[in-house]
Amino acid sequence: MIRAENVSFKYMRNEEMNHVLKDFNIHVLDGEFVVIMGHNGSGKSTFAKLTNAILLPESGDIYVADMNTKNDENLWAIREKAGMIFQNPDNQIVATMVEEDVAFGPENLGVDPEEIRKRVDRVLKIVNMDGYQTRPPHMLSGGQKQRIAIAGILAMSPDCIILDEPTAMLDPSGRIEVLDIIHRLNQDENMTVVLITHFMNEAIHADRVIVLDDGHIKLTGAPKEVFSKINEMQAIGLDVPEVTKLAAYLKSEGIDIPSNIITLEEMISELCRLK
Amino acid sequence: MLRDITIGQYYPAESVIHKLDPRTKILGSFMMIIALFVITPLWGYLIPFGTLALVILLSKVPLKFILKGLKPILFFMIFAVSINVFFTPGKVIFSYGFIEITMEGLERALMTLSRFVFLIITSSMVTLTTSPMALTDGIEKLLNPLKVIKFPAHELAMMMTIALRFIPTLIEEADKIMKAQTARGADFETGNIFNRAKNMIPLLVPLFISAFRRADELAMAMEARCYRGGVGRTRMKQLRFNHKDVFALVFSVLYCISIMIAL
Repeated sequence: MIRAENVSFKYMRNEEMNHVLKDFNIHVLDGEFVVIMGHNGSGKSTFAKLTNAILLPESGDIYVADMNTKNDENLWAIREKAGMIFQNPDNQIVATMVEEDVAFGPENLGVDPEEIRKRVDRVLKIVNMDGYQTRPPHMLSGGQKQRIAIAGILAMSPDCIILDEPTAMLDPSGRIEVLDIIHRLNQDENMTVVLITHFMNEAIHADRVIVLDDGHIKLTGAPKEVFSKINEMQAIGLDVPEVTKLAAYLKSEGIDIPSNIITLEEMISELCRLK
Repeated sequence: MLRDITIGQYYPAESVIHKLDPRTKILGSFMMIIALFVITPLWGYLIPFGTLALVILLSKVPLKFILKGLKPILFFMIFAVSINVFFTPGKVIFSYGFIEITMEGLERALMTLSRFVFLIITSSMVTLTTSPMALTDGIEKLLNPLKVIKFPAHELAMMMTIALRFIPTLIEEADKIMKAQTARGADFETGNIFNRAKNMIPLLVPLFISAFRRADELAMAMEARCYRGGVGRTRMKQLRFNHKDVFALVFSVLYCISIMIAL
């Protein structure tokens, strides 16, 4: 779905060139759920903008559904295929009514009015916001606004959705709602998901986790593999789930327990097995 | 304090007026406003008064809500009325020292007041009964013929939509910044008008900076959703005239013309 080949990107800050991404390679498969993690300035948001052709790579190529982002003719086709959700839900809602905001994307694509109506009602059901059609967006909670933003992207019928820290500005309940929708999209609608986040809890159920540090891929693999490397994760300033840490402590105390535990349920069943 | 602004607000309800096409309402209110300014005898203002009362009744918008919209311009109205009352020469009916009130002054003040109030109520009836999106749609459609002379009708409508979308957001933000600055010792309430204006700086600077950042992010989000101007764009909601609109338009044209001829 998304392929980055030897991508480099840099920008000027305070008279000084900053390399944000260096020789970056990644291949996101169709239907995959990939989480990209990293602390601030690791290049994760830059990568998101590169996949949507908001930014273009300095060198190397990015392909979305086999279309090079450098080619101007592909621009709108790429944005139709790979929808993008940003951090601040307020700043991506255009219209003063929920249904009209959701319709904004398909309207831009020139979709037939009746078809837009159908799509809007369908995607609002997917994000659990059916019945909010005529509400003004500023009266909604952060989580609801972000779900509307997701619905706005879904209405364009993309194959892939890229989310740049979609939960960073939400309260815990809003975060759960949004994550739930993202997982459902991946499982039920077979949508390719690239989730960029710095909350490790959001990475636990991913197919693959990619940890970025200073523009490089530091670690990559299934969540279990990545999180069990506690020392490496902490060295680049990222945390691992509490249960993983607990498992490591228990192991160092000589208790026979696997070190790749990442969920509470696993921990409970492993501890019960010990008895 | 900032939440009191009702000009440009929409009052959702199910009424005949709400169901009219936005173009009908814009053109109709335009006719009524023109008529408002050609009426010369004072009693003539009973006609727009009656018409407006009928429209308000049909629209099911509570009167309190409409009158609240007049509050922000109260100062302006008092100013206009007092200038007319005190500075119109004519037959003196009351004098105290150098203050003189004339019959003509009272009449003109009353006329200015009626024009003002009816003007505001007429135009706010349009916004109160039309959703902002429908309103901008209507304006875009009405301005469409001007595209021939390169008038950016779509762009204008888009700008209005975005402005309307962000007014509540920015008001909320201004409220938040105000509270934050008050907590840091800023004073927005006391002092003379110049001091107060100066004290607004710690409110306005952060508000502007954040508005620019929002604009930047919104532009990016719009592009990510394939926005590329009005060309090739469709609309989910299509505007259509029906027999109600024809009736309302004919009525407002006749209303305007008959007032022009009769008064």
